Amino acid sequence: MISFQNVNKRYPDGYIALKNIVFTIEAGEMVLVTGHSGAGKSTLLRLIAAIERPTFGKVIVSGQDISKLKQGAIPFLRRNIGLVFQDHKILFDRNVFDNVMLPLEIRGVDVKVAVRRVRAALDKVGLLKKEKAHPITLSGGERQRLCIARAVVHRPSILIADEPTGNLDVGYAKDIMDMFKSFHHVGVTVLIATHDATLLEDKQQYRILALDHGELLV
Amino acid sequence: MMRAWLIQHWHALIFTIRRFINAPFTSFLSMAVIGIAFSLPVGVYTLLLNLQAHSGQITEAPQLSLFLKLNPGNSEVEAIRQRLESHPQVTSLRFVSKELALQQLAQRNEMADIVENLEKNPLPDAFVITTHRVAAEELERLRVAMSQWPAIEYVQFDTAWAMRLDALLKLGQLGVIMLAALLSLALVMVVYNTIRMQILTKHDEIEVSKLIGATDSFIRRPFLYFGAIQGLAGGITAWLIIALGIHIINNELVVLSELYTVDFHLKHLATNDFISLLLFSAWLGWLGARLSVASYLWQIEPK
Repeated sequence: MISFQNVNKRYPDGYIALKNIVFTIEAGEMVLVTGHSGAGKSTLLRLIAAIERPTFGKVIVSGQDISKLKQGAIPFLRRNIGLVFQDHKILFDRNVFDNVMLPLEIRGVDVKVAVRRVRAALDKVGLLKKEKAHPITLSGGERQRLCIARAVVHRPSILIADEPTGNLDVGYAKDIMDMFKSFHHVGVTVLIATHDATLLEDKQQYRILALDHGELLV
Repeated sequence: MMRAWLIQHWHALIFTIRRFINAPFTSFLSMAVIGIAFSLPVGVYTLLLNLQAHSGQITEAPQLSLFLKLNPGNSEVEAIRQRLESHPQVTSLRFVSKELALQQLAQRNEMADIVENLEKNPLPDAFVITTHRVAAEELERLRVAMSQWPAIEYVQFDTAWAMRLDALLKLGQLGVIMLAALLSLALVMVVYNTIRMQILTKHDEIEVSKLIGATDSFIRRPFLYFGAIQGLAGGITAWLIIALGIHIINNELVVLSELYTVDFHLKHLATNDFISLLLFSAWLGWLGARLSVASYLWQIEPK
């Protein structure tokens, strides 16, 4: 499903974020990407979604080489991926429902079908009662769940989350992790970047990719 | 697939209409700017069309009148006729006898009294000829040459003024084209800037949309609609300004027409010109929007 082959990423200012990364993730796996802040976790996730391109090496996602992907093909790659952003990237000019609607609008999904799917996604993250609410009135945890609902509403086969439990207290963080587990159970490939030690208590359940200063620890 | 496409267009249209409603004053201002800018070349164009309509009948082939000396002999007239008939540059000729000329003169209201009071016919016989379309200098040479012919008193170049007017109108048309080109550029820039402002307020939405799989054309679409509709509205405004202008001028011309007993009024833009104007202004709006979004998308594209 996802394969990194000798991937290096160097930014224009000379900073080397990833060094010679090699790994393969099979379809349906759940993977935690761990490491200190600045270890290259976010960069790794951004490479998968083609938000950035590798300096050299190959990133293969769903059989497609990201480094060779044409600009026009990137949207279609991303439609197969659900992204949960560290900074949520919620749109504050519309309500909860319309935020989750956006991915379906982009795909031109029939409105009736879309409404049903948005409600299902909101139900899954426990926000169905707040569909009319404006994001500004939501708590941090609720915003995170809203972001997850938007990431899964189009039923992607890959779900990528960057620090999804970043600023949440422990109880909330556990809820969020349980949500990801449930997506994993229905066959979605899940990648979560985290430095949150509390998530690692039951780490034997997942595969861990540990990064240290841009290098993958074995 | 088709259905998805239609749904997306519907969304874009709704978005556009909402934008217009949300910012009515700004929308009105841009429309007015485009309309006023466009009314200038369209107005001049309409005026030229009207002038052309009035000079059009005369500007066919160059026409010369050869006035004969008073009381020429029949043989002299016949000699000139033969000479004209065999002349390679003459395409048609018509003999106007002095009696016929006087009759024609008498038919004009304002001249009737004068003609009646004449003791004898003061008019000469004349040939009216048309020639091939050639340069003005060549026509002048022909005129001088024919003036030297025996029994010819004077040769007059009838259509000189029409040719001059025609040349002037052509110059005017060139002016209109240049003016239209400049103001079209201005229209594109106005829309470019309006769309740029909109994009800045929609920055987050565009960024998120791109991250979750929106194609560039999806992002572009509502702005293109907006640009095209703004251009179209500008075109309609321009037409309204012109129509109002013509209406006001025609009201004044009625008074003038009555004083001079001639029918002179400005015609409105023809339907096909009107449609061309709207299509063109809509296209320019679309172009401005397209350039604006393209430059923005290019900026945010990851390198």
